[in-house]
Amino acid sequence: MDLQSIWFFLWGLLWAVFFMTDGFDFGIGTLYPFLGKNEQDKRVMINSLGPLWDGNEVWLITAGGVTFAAFPLVYATMFSSLYSALMLILFALILRGVSFEFRGQIEDTRWKKIWDTCIFIGSVLPAILFGVAFANIFKGIPFDGSGYHGTLFSLLNPYGLLGGALFLFLFLEHGAIWLCIKTEGDLHQRAAATANKLWPVLLFIAVAFLVATKFATPLYDNYIAHPILFVVPLIAVVALAGVKFFILTGAWFRAWFSSALTIVGCTFFGIIGLFPNLFPSSIDAAHSLTAYNASSSSLTLKIMLTVVIIFIPVVIGYQIWVYNLFKDKVNIEELKY
Amino acid sequence: MDVLLLSRLQFAAATMFHFLFVPLTLGLSVLIAYMETMYVKTEDETYLHMTKFWGKLFLINFALGVVTGITLEFQFGTNWSRYSAYVGDIFGSLLAIEATTAFFLESTLIGVWIFGWNKISKKAHAIVMWLVALAGSFSAIWILIANAWMQHPVGYEIRNGRAELTDFLAIITQKFAVLEIIHTVSAAYILSAFFVMGISAYHLLKKQNIEFFTRSFKIALVVGLVFSFIEVFEGHLHGADLAHSQPAKLAALDAHWETSKRAPVYLFSIPDEKNEKNFIEFAPIPGGLSLLAFHDFNAEVKGLKEFPKDERPPVLITFGAFKLMVGLGFYFCLVTLIGWFLRNRLVENPLFLKIMLFSIPLPYIAIELGWIVAEVGRQPWIVYGLMKTSDAVSPIATSQVLTTLVGFILIYGLLGAAGFYLIGKNAIKGPEISAA
Repeated sequence: MDLQSIWFFLWGLLWAVFFMTDGFDFGIGTLYPFLGKNEQDKRVMINSLGPLWDGNEVWLITAGGVTFAAFPLVYATMFSSLYSALMLILFALILRGVSFEFRGQIEDTRWKKIWDTCIFIGSVLPAILFGVAFANIFKGIPFDGSGYHGTLFSLLNPYGLLGGALFLFLFLEHGAIWLCIKTEGDLHQRAAATANKLWPVLLFIAVAFLVATKFATPLYDNYIAHPILFVVPLIAVVALAGVKFFILTGAWFRAWFSSALTIVGCTFFGIIGLFPNLFPSSIDAAHSLTAYNASSSSLTLKIMLTVVIIFIPVVIGYQIWVYNLFKDKVNIEELKY
Repeated sequence: MDVLLLSRLQFAAATMFHFLFVPLTLGLSVLIAYMETMYVKTEDETYLHMTKFWGKLFLINFALGVVTGITLEFQFGTNWSRYSAYVGDIFGSLLAIEATTAFFLESTLIGVWIFGWNKISKKAHAIVMWLVALAGSFSAIWILIANAWMQHPVGYEIRNGRAELTDFLAIITQKFAVLEIIHTVSAAYILSAFFVMGISAYHLLKKQNIEFFTRSFKIALVVGLVFSFIEVFEGHLHGADLAHSQPAKLAALDAHWETSKRAPVYLFSIPDEKNEKNFIEFAPIPGGLSLLAFHDFNAEVKGLKEFPKDERPPVLITFGAFKLMVGLGFYFCLVTLIGWFLRNRLVENPLFLKIMLFSIPLPYIAIELGWIVAEVGRQPWIVYGLMKTSDAVSPIATSQVLTTLVGFILIYGLLGAAGFYLIGKNAIKGPEISAA
């Protein structure tokens, strides 16, 4: 494989890991007003992701940074074209992050209500918008040499919205299962029931998305050219079935890993279909940005590859240590947020 | 207003707001790590209470620093896409290395520090804080290397219509970067020291938790004293380096219009940009500027008129920010020196304590002024001598930028108010020391 292709798949991998990790934070934040019936439940929910969300969010920073470093032209075009959507995500993430820290600082119902709202908006909005953004990239973005010819609302086309729904429900399922791991008693029961009820909806949306992708995008071309690649969406489907199986047997850790694999599989389904495009134009194919016409110099790609090959395994190593440290049920005697 | 101006305003607002929180994170993390280490070593509970009290303030501040940092990365793509495309080969890789090697560690471990009190040993918990502090510093170093490259680009060649990397080592070891790192990190330590001294002074004035706050004050005093002096000395070298790296900025710092030998420094002057001279020039020190810039009274210093009008920075802002920053730098040396002599009689010197309390905002002002000197003083360039700011902006609609600028001002305004309110409230409340 050449440097550009390696970087293309590393780029996809970073996004996939971001969705797999911060995804359950978004899910829990979205379930928060519905499952958090009382103050203690709410605090348990926040504390279930408390030690992890910040480290998870850095996968986004790194995915962004790597886009900038390896494919500067994609970074420039993607971020300026999707300006409004990205800014909404940004505002949402800002509010979500401070809410965890601020909420418990003052014992006042109105104060807490403000941050409760921010947690919900700050979770549901990025979950949907990341899906909308990626679905639109799969479809192609209306831009050419003179810039982007659309608005925030032109991203909200049916296929884009379907992508948003898919991401939202992937994350909701992922979050509900994490809650099952981290909680006990009544909240645990409700989280388990939610995980169970969400599953058929997720299955329906996932199937709809796979079918719609055939009509709305050229993603399947790569699969038809190399049928062996169908293994990837197949893994996603099998993993999704596994989610249901492990929910029914109450094996929450396995359910969570299955759900993680589903998310990674879904992301790679798109990434593989996209190759070698990173940011295709829907109006003029000559302007489509690919791993080859938008990459950095080979010196930069080599230096960055060295850095990533050394440090990403280290990061994964200490993040596994931290996940392992906080895998037990939330102790209501030791709530921090 | 056009996209360029709005984008510049937005960048300035986002960066200056972010920069209200980052310096305290950098410095206070080290102080807390030290306090916690002392607790592990001596098992003296006061150090534990100190760790927890300052830690609480630290975490509120940390949250705001983290969330506002994402904006800075995003903005290069959203608002400065031509810049990103032109220099991403170099600049982008520095940001990506920062995230991969430093920010990951800091963000992952802060969760362990907050939630891990009973999960890991005391010693491991203290080590976690040292790693948070270290990772924070490394983060800053990479970001400052990236900024230093904008100030003084090296190690590149223009190929394929963009700046491409040719010498990575030159970029990360260049003198400008080293000077900027020492300057900014020292400033962060000064700010953190004044923060701790100021809040301690408040409680010492009220004569509450005297042992606790005297000890906190003294730890911060040592840091504040050492780094205030380092800052003045190093700041001089940093300024002198501009004679070679950014002569237009140097000329603007002292409102020096005519190229001349034996160039003077005025104790007081006011620049008149329109007429390319100074309204007032008072108390000249002959050869002062030549001496500062070249360590030679008779050296020739380039004046602003040497540069075409459209390649000069806004003189008044750069000049004013610089003079005020330098004045504050000397002030920090003075009060920390006085503090050193009063260190064992703090409670008996309420006037000094009051001065320290009211000095809390001053390093914040100094550090923001420093940013203005660095960034406004580099204009009209986004990368000095290589790319103009006006060529760097994204092809986006004015209405988009206006909307987000208003959004930033609103959200940041409210979050900033809430954040400083919470820091203040917890600072005034003082430590929670159990009766036991």
